[in-house]
Amino acid sequence: MSEHVKISVEDLNLYIGKQHILKDINTRIPENQITVILGPSGCGKTTLLKSMNRLTDLYSNVKVDGKILIDNEDILHTDTDITTIRKRMGLLSQRPYPLPMNIFNNVAYGLRISGRKNKAVLRKRVQHYLELVNLWEEVKDRLHDPASSLSIGQQQRLCLARGLSVDPDIILADEPTSALDPISSEVIERKFVDLKSQYTVVVVTHSLQQAKRIADYAIFMYLGEIIEQGPAADFFSNPTEELTRSYIKGLFN
Amino acid sequence: MNILKLRKAEELIFRIIMFLATTVIILALCMIIYSILHKGLPSVSWSMISQLPKGGFYFGKEGGILNAILGSVYLASGATLLAFVLGLPVSLYINIHLHKRKKLVNGIRFMLDVMWGIPSIVYGAFGFSVMLFFGMRSSLLAGMLTVTLFILPIMIRAIDEIVKTVPSGLLEATLSLGSTKSETAYRVYFRQCISGITTALLLSFGRAIGDAASVLFTTGYTDNLPTSLAKPTATLPLAIFFQLSSPIEEVKARAYASAVILTVIILIISIISRITSRKYQKNKIK
Repeated sequence: MSEHVKISVEDLNLYIGKQHILKDINTRIPENQITVILGPSGCGKTTLLKSMNRLTDLYSNVKVDGKILIDNEDILHTDTDITTIRKRMGLLSQRPYPLPMNIFNNVAYGLRISGRKNKAVLRKRVQHYLELVNLWEEVKDRLHDPASSLSIGQQQRLCLARGLSVDPDIILADEPTSALDPISSEVIERKFVDLKSQYTVVVVTHSLQQAKRIADYAIFMYLGEIIEQGPAADFFSNPTEELTRSYIKGLFN
Repeated sequence: MNILKLRKAEELIFRIIMFLATTVIILALCMIIYSILHKGLPSVSWSMISQLPKGGFYFGKEGGILNAILGSVYLASGATLLAFVLGLPVSLYINIHLHKRKKLVNGIRFMLDVMWGIPSIVYGAFGFSVMLFFGMRSSLLAGMLTVTLFILPIMIRAIDEIVKTVPSGLLEATLSLGSTKSETAYRVYFRQCISGITTALLLSFGRAIGDAASVLFTTGYTDNLPTSLAKPTATLPLAIFFQLSSPIEEVKARAYASAVILTVIILIISIISRITSRKYQKNKIK
């Protein structure tokens, strides 16, 4: 199987103050696959995800060394503008954060800041992305209602549509279904599987079941270190490390 | 069992204290409003609102205070607008661009809080000394600038308190779309905070229109209508002050009438801004 590496993390160390959050992280995230990062709370999985689009820049007292290569460009040491880098990655957070605007403008926001202002074009693109996340039928008659009037599950899909609208090639998701009901969760999960042919998806999750359902590649982290990683089939059926084995068995989480 | 009784007694005592405190405050407020209305309403008349004063500050029983009404509205609107234009960027900047410089931001907040506490007469004296330095005379413009300075800490901290409550997830979500920090500030944070910003505007306007000490030297007083930024201008707080210090009872009563008018102006502004902000409030993310 010849697969292209989309994101490559090399010797990444991250400190917040004196705390060593990420320790010698090395991983190669394959393109057009779903990579799942697993691990107990506080193991650094969210921090690893956020360092990929440099949201860690927002933390105070943060120190990062090592490399994160996206398509062979080191995003930690680059002249490329940070907004250009972030635009290539859609982010889905634990609970949905729609923008304080109506439903239409939530999706149009990303298009507008990338310079698309033509009304007819905007309308077509917004419809396209809302259809892509199976939301169009539910909201087409209330596009001018506040985004906050949608249910949490709908809001999360709206956020996915908004993230896709700036045309990224990577989707970063941080426990995207932990606040959702089972039905909305399933919609999001299925969407990830649909989308992986065009996007590289990285999902942080708490749920072992979810990981088993969608993962192509799995990473297990514990206390800031990667304990084990590999293609999902091997990872779940035949883990080599003792710690991974007991985690998969559900002995701790 | 005993502990339960003790806790119930504690609950009762605190409820009584809170009830009393609330009642005292509401009663005091009602009494202020009652005394203004009681003493002022009989003297409020159409001519009071629509005419210029006749007979001087201390002895004028005739005419009205149109000069002070217009002067105060101009002064307070101008100062609030200036303070908003200068203050909004500060609040957004310290919360978004200086997001990780916690110590610096807390230092700035502390300084602003100290400035908030400085009495308005000090701002008046400062404005006056600056005017002397530039050889300016008391004028609407000088008063406006002084009052702007005086309400800026209020404006910045009031907006800041509301911008502070924006969840960091919204910042991350917006930046992830490839927004710059300034786009985040003006396109997202501004909308999210619009109701709090309205409150800040109101608070500042109230302080600006109600303060006498800061305008005493800087704006001066006149019986004429305000026609130029460069000329002395009448204001309501000073009109009340002059009328109240008159030896004549009718003129004193007019001071309360002026107070009624001042209160009504603030009420009208409050209602208008509440209605306009409600329109945007509905998009807020909770």
